[in-house]
Amino acid sequence: MSLSERLHPGVNLAGTDPESHVAAEEVLFGFWIFLMSDLVLFAVLFATYAAMSVQGIAEGPRPAEVFDLTAAFLETLLLLFSSFAFGFAMLEMKYRENRRGVLVWLLLTGVLGAAFVGMELHDYYVMITEHAAPPQASGFLSAYYLLTGTHALHVSSGLVWMAIMAVQIAVLGFSTPVKLRLMRLALFWHMLDVVWIGIFTFVYLFGVAS
Amino acid sequence: MNWELIFGQIKWTSFVFAGMIENPSLSEAIASGAGSIAVLGALATVILLTVKGWWVPLWRDWLTSVDHKKVGIMYIAIALVMFARAVIEAALMRAQQLAATEGAGFLSADHFGQLFSTHGTIMIFFVAMPFITGLMNYVMPLQIGARDVSFPLLNAISLMLTMAGAILIMVSLVVGQFSTGGWSAYPPFTGIEFSPGEGVDYWIWAVSLGSIGSTLTGLNFAVTIYKKRCPGMTLFRMPLFTWTTLCTSILMIFAMAPLTAATVMLALDRYAGFHFFTNGDGGNMMNYANLFWLFGHPEVYILILPAFGVWSEVVATFSSKRIYGYTSLVYATMCIAVLSFAVWLHHFFTMGQSANVNAIFGIATMIIGVPTGVKVYDWLLTMVGGRIRFSTAMLYHINFLLTFILGGMTGVLLANPGVDFQVHNTLFLVAHFHNMIIPGVLFGMFAAVQFWFPKVFGFRLHEGLGRASFWCFAPGFLLAFFPLYWLGMMGATRRTYMWSEPAYLPWLALAMLGAALILAGFALMVMQIVVSVRQRAQLAAPLGDPWDGRALEWSIPSPPPAWNFAVLPAVSSQDPFYEAKKAGIAYRSPTTYEDIEVPRNTATAPLIGLFACAWAFALVWHIWWLVIASFVLIWVVVIARSFATDTEETIPAATVKAANEAFLAAARAAPGVSRDREMTSENRGRALPESLEGRSGAISTGPAVEVLS
Ligand code: HEM
Ligand SMILES: [Cu+2]
Repeated sequence: MSLSERLHPGVNLAGTDPESHVAAEEVLFGFWIFLMSDLVLFAVLFATYAAMSVQGIAEGPRPAEVFDLTAAFLETLLLLFSSFAFGFAMLEMKYRENRRGVLVWLLLTGVLGAAFVGMELHDYYVMITEHAAPPQASGFLSAYYLLTGTHALHVSSGLVWMAIMAVQIAVLGFSTPVKLRLMRLALFWHMLDVVWIGIFTFVYLFGVAS
Repeated sequence: MNWELIFGQIKWTSFVFAGMIENPSLSEAIASGAGSIAVLGALATVILLTVKGWWVPLWRDWLTSVDHKKVGIMYIAIALVMFARAVIEAALMRAQQLAATEGAGFLSADHFGQLFSTHGTIMIFFVAMPFITGLMNYVMPLQIGARDVSFPLLNAISLMLTMAGAILIMVSLVVGQFSTGGWSAYPPFTGIEFSPGEGVDYWIWAVSLGSIGSTLTGLNFAVTIYKKRCPGMTLFRMPLFTWTTLCTSILMIFAMAPLTAATVMLALDRYAGFHFFTNGDGGNMMNYANLFWLFGHPEVYILILPAFGVWSEVVATFSSKRIYGYTSLVYATMCIAVLSFAVWLHHFFTMGQSANVNAIFGIATMIIGVPTGVKVYDWLLTMVGGRIRFSTAMLYHINFLLTFILGGMTGVLLANPGVDFQVHNTLFLVAHFHNMIIPGVLFGMFAAVQFWFPKVFGFRLHEGLGRASFWCFAPGFLLAFFPLYWLGMMGATRRTYMWSEPAYLPWLALAMLGAALILAGFALMVMQIVVSVRQRAQLAAPLGDPWDGRALEWSIPSPPPAWNFAVLPAVSSQDPFYEAKKAGIAYRSPTTYEDIEVPRNTATAPLIGLFACAWAFALVWHIWWLVIASFVLIWVVVIARSFATDTEETIPAATVKAANEAFLAAARAAPGVSRDREMTSENRGRALPESLEGRSGAISTGPAVEVLS
């Protein structure tokens, strides 16, 4: 099987831009491995949270007392829709190489992502001021803030990355490196979705149910 | 003027010399002495570079290079410099413990604590890790017939992050103190309550930088091996060193993340009042123990697997035999890699889990002995009936087999929780892990240096001095560590600066003698390198194959050109170069040459390293403006680089052809040196294959024949 026929995780360009497709093979595989090690990091944070949310409450509040399920649900929607929008950006890139189209979809993705981060910051603010639940209050809250904070930090760096990509698309156009970077950003963004689904289920739903 | 805004928590009393002035003692004098050596060493380097006019070549040819070969050499240079420091610290600890069997010795408890912490941290993160990484960097791409690693710039960035960590540890000799919490830095002792100073912060950030570098390295090498093998090189034709590199890389990808998580949590506890590992408020230090050893146990296999790869190459080459049981060695390597994640709990048998848990992890630990035993038999059987030459590398190998087995057996003892309850935290444990790590990893790397040095620099190392250094290291190791088994069983605890127990004296004296011999071995090794550089004309072996090598790296000139392979090779067997020699088709000219693209040098990596170092230093001392500035600068560099488009340069086919044809002509014209004469100046790097020795016409490979690759 020749290299260009091989599929890789991510948007495959074999049909529309074979040259970039060949270049993508190695780079995207590498990024996939990076994501795996990042996922190990999240797995470790999940495990820590799992232990701390049971044994680390100390004198502090319990999960069910501090989480706002409605907010978490809205955040989930924001993030999912932003991934959806990113999908459209990638389709524009793949089939039309249309700068304006890609930029508009990226902008929408970015706005939704920023709204997600904003809502999370607001959650933190409410927890700290109304529930007296800062990360220093207990082991459970330390683990909660680290897990969700690491995710939020990832999303924020994704936003910065997105802004840089917008500039690069405007300046460099759809050169192979730019396409490859967009494809990696897409993978990154979707992975953050997956992690968030884990957080939503495991932290918020379980937390409120318990 | 608020100085704290500018200098953070650094005060004039933070400098090591202040301690000497304020309350002079031998302990303080030694600390100041070490600080002075660090400062003077740095100054001497600066002066040397200036006087010799080496700044420009250093920057142009080395620091900005992204060539995997140069990156590899720089890694090993870091390892050797840091080894010098850590081994001196080890000898100092030995002397203290000897002096402190009656009376208090000459070091303060605090100073001793810093010594074992820096010694352990440096040896693991800044000697062993850079050593194996450097070696894998240099050798693996050559073995798989690749021009470079998959991500050359990322490779240089990993190097510079490691270097930043090493520099940070060196700085801790002069400004402030290091942690006294050992290389594993267990909280709550390392929490802010019990270790309020900057020491633990030095440990946290130095280790974090190193661990990020290693994650990126693992990623890079795994992708390289999966994607950049030359045509025909199936996984089961890869040389064993490449196999172990692959498994080590996978371990790095998965094992470094828990360490990063642990250091970040510890940092949050210390800097921001979080409660991951604190005593109260829901913190739990057992979380740390789990996270740390989830990294820590795979880590010892990250270190040992590449050394196993080295042993496989060395024993096959110096026995002139195909390695025995190739497939079983591959599977054993994979088994070890997987199992290494299943045993971490044996590091805290005594910390309160149930007997059943202990039993399960004890058994899991013992099971690792099985694949390792398979390997030992394979190495032994490779030697059977072989044409063995007792070169320095081979001496190290035989010494390894003998002593590593003993170390392994003490490991099986420790895997039994009942035994572990008796000797954990004693010098028995210290003896055990040094028994694994010194003959296994350290001597493995020394053997690798002896073995591949002529490939890297184009001349052999002085054999006599190599052996002399071996004959100090090997018995030195035995003397330095075997007495510790006895001491441990007599109850001498680890990390203890005085006991006042005269019965320990004879054993400690022997151990001191051993440490002295090890120091002598290191001195001889340095001498070996210096003498070899001086005599490089007699020792020159530019033709690339001094030992009758087997894998592809021996088929190209020494040192290899920037592009490694003039034409990417195609292979159809294991030991492709050996087979080609045997069939008489080595050194033939390829039909065509093509232009080769190589990445240009770039200042990206050294700048990132510089700012990362500043960032970590600023974090240690709470210099917040510098924390922010250097963090921003790191990302400015990354982003600026992402806009660069002209990052490659082309080497024209004609240049490649001229260089390669000259090499091939010289190799064909050389008479070839037989195995008996390989340590003499006749050896110009064109081995007469063992398989052809004694046959007529073996010496000349005939005229250049056009062969399709
Ligand atoms: C070459 C000669 C060496 C000597 C003489 C030596 C000696 C020592 C001594 C005296 C200690 C302190 C034991 C105690 O605290 O009771 C120690 C600890 C240690 N050594 Fe070595 N060592 C050597 C090489 C190495 C190497 C090559 C490595 C690893 C690559 C290593 C890793 C460690 C570690 C991890 C510790 C534990 C530090 C801690 O307790 O946190 N050592 N060594
Ligand atoms: Cu272990």
